[in-house]
Amino acid sequence: MFRLLEATGRPMTAIKVDGRTVQAEIGANLASVLLRAGFQPFRTTPVSGEPRMPYCMMGVCFECLATIDGITNCQTCLETVREGMVIERQLGASPIKPAGEGAP
Amino acid sequence: MNGGSVDLAVIGVGPAGMSAAITARKHGLSVAIFDEQNSPGGQIYRNITGLGSDRLASILGEDYLAGRPLADAFADSGAIYRAGTTVWRIGEGGVSWISAADSGETAALHVLVATGAMERPFPVKGWTLPGVMTAGAAQILLKTDQTVVDDAVFVGCGPLLYLLAYQYLQAGVRIRALIDTTDKSSHIAALPSLPAALLKPSYLRKGMKMLSAIRRSETPIHRGVTEVDFSGTDRLQAVRWRDRVGEHSIECDHAFVHHGVIPNVNVTMATRCTHRWDEAQTCWRPETDAFGRTSLDWLTVAGDGGGIGGAKSAALSGEIAALGIAYDLGRIDRSAFDRASGRLLSKRRRDLAVRPFLDRLYRPAPRFRAPVDDEVVVCRCEEVRREQLAKAVQEGCPGPNQLKSFTRAGMGPCQGRMCGHTVVETIAQLSGRSPQDVGYYRIRMPIKPVTVGEIAGLTASQGEPS
Ligand code: FES
Repeated sequence: MFRLLEATGRPMTAIKVDGRTVQAEIGANLASVLLRAGFQPFRTTPVSGEPRMPYCMMGVCFECLATIDGITNCQTCLETVREGMVIERQLGASPIKPAGEGAP
Repeated sequence: MNGGSVDLAVIGVGPAGMSAAITARKHGLSVAIFDEQNSPGGQIYRNITGLGSDRLASILGEDYLAGRPLADAFADSGAIYRAGTTVWRIGEGGVSWISAADSGETAALHVLVATGAMERPFPVKGWTLPGVMTAGAAQILLKTDQTVVDDAVFVGCGPLLYLLAYQYLQAGVRIRALIDTTDKSSHIAALPSLPAALLKPSYLRKGMKMLSAIRRSETPIHRGVTEVDFSGTDRLQAVRWRDRVGEHSIECDHAFVHHGVIPNVNVTMATRCTHRWDEAQTCWRPETDAFGRTSLDWLTVAGDGGGIGGAKSAALSGEIAALGIAYDLGRIDRSAFDRASGRLLSKRRRDLAVRPFLDRLYRPAPRFRAPVDDEVVVCRCEEVRREQLAKAVQEGCPGPNQLKSFTRAGMGPCQGRMCGHTVVETIAQLSGRSPQDVGYYRIRMPIKPVTVGEIAGLTASQGEPS
């Protein structure tokens, strides 16, 4: 399980992760907090329901998607922790827009 | 219009983007710079302004800390910096962007793309399992939040993999094993490039220091590895590999994979500027002159996004590119341009001397670039396996774009970022053509998935006077 190397001393806030309350450092990378909180898997795939977790941590792979405050398909590796955030797991098909295809 | 108008729009705030912004500002250009991250640095200097821990600073080392003065100078440059902002359209005349709070368009006389590198895909069996992530991802976790995991297996080859292992050891984090896929034949193949590399010995010295520290540690190292796969139900449970002796495996919960970095060409591909296949670095790169000028007169590329050179060369490229732009826009005269650029170009040439050696030594073996096992997932988003790809080629599918309708590969949210190079090299290998001949995905706008509603919101806000 992922862990902190040492306590950061940053101010904490409570966020909701899949219904559970998790203490997180304000401003910390969200994917990193979720990994440390044992959030697993982050999502399952629309095609076959395979479990997936962050792969690149830099916005390239889209494996770290989750629902944040009701908005689906958020790249958690590009988000930072805000007070009162609510994170939910995305299971299977979600209305993701096939990028670059059929754009208006 | 929300977003205003500037002389130069820069995408990406890594070493290339930051130094380009600094130089452009120095020559009186107005600059707006966009980046998806919330703080400057790019991936190499990620979180450089927010580190806060002396211990972490010493673990990450002086090459990382070299980003600090650059970030400070950038902060003082007077460039308009839009953090946490995704550019979803780029074209002649400017860029369209969106952030959590805002969206808009910024008009620009010239656009500089400095979107850097990404890690080469690692298409082997089980690479989609939870527990497998790139070494770069693991390093980002360390840089941003001091997040680490004990007993991970390090798999692959290349400087970043060894650097992360070295940093983990410095931090006292246990490493289960290092499974090194460096191709045995590369040792010989790289030799002719060694004399040039020795012209800039500091890179080799640092590399040797890292490698010998890893060797001195208790970390088990397995070399001459020719095949790797990952297995587990619902998450990683074991890594299996093959070497000259036979097959081996160890149980593990986490694996960090790495086979070098390639230019992140998504944005430049979307502009349709000319790209070519670089056989030495086995990747696509935009075709540019020494100043990063592309085939489009409004577009310049700087940094690793134009070909892999590392952080120092990226920063120099940013300076060089900005000089070229300032000259092209008539902001500096010929003699000032020649004087400044001559010095920078030779500095960059010296810094790049080590590249051909590293490129050759750590070039991943062919089967790691174009998988031969039918079960391997090539496109992670649409879960397209090598088998479907091979079948499509057999049925006459000529290239990556047609493959989309055959298999949906490349049609997921990552827009082919993760599978593009694998697809191209696999089609090339199966059809006996060169990657250049096979071509690449035709990338369309929006460059990143944005919802129709977001675009509609943008259009609405554009109608309002601002
Ligand atoms: S982990 Fe790859 S996009 Fe977030």
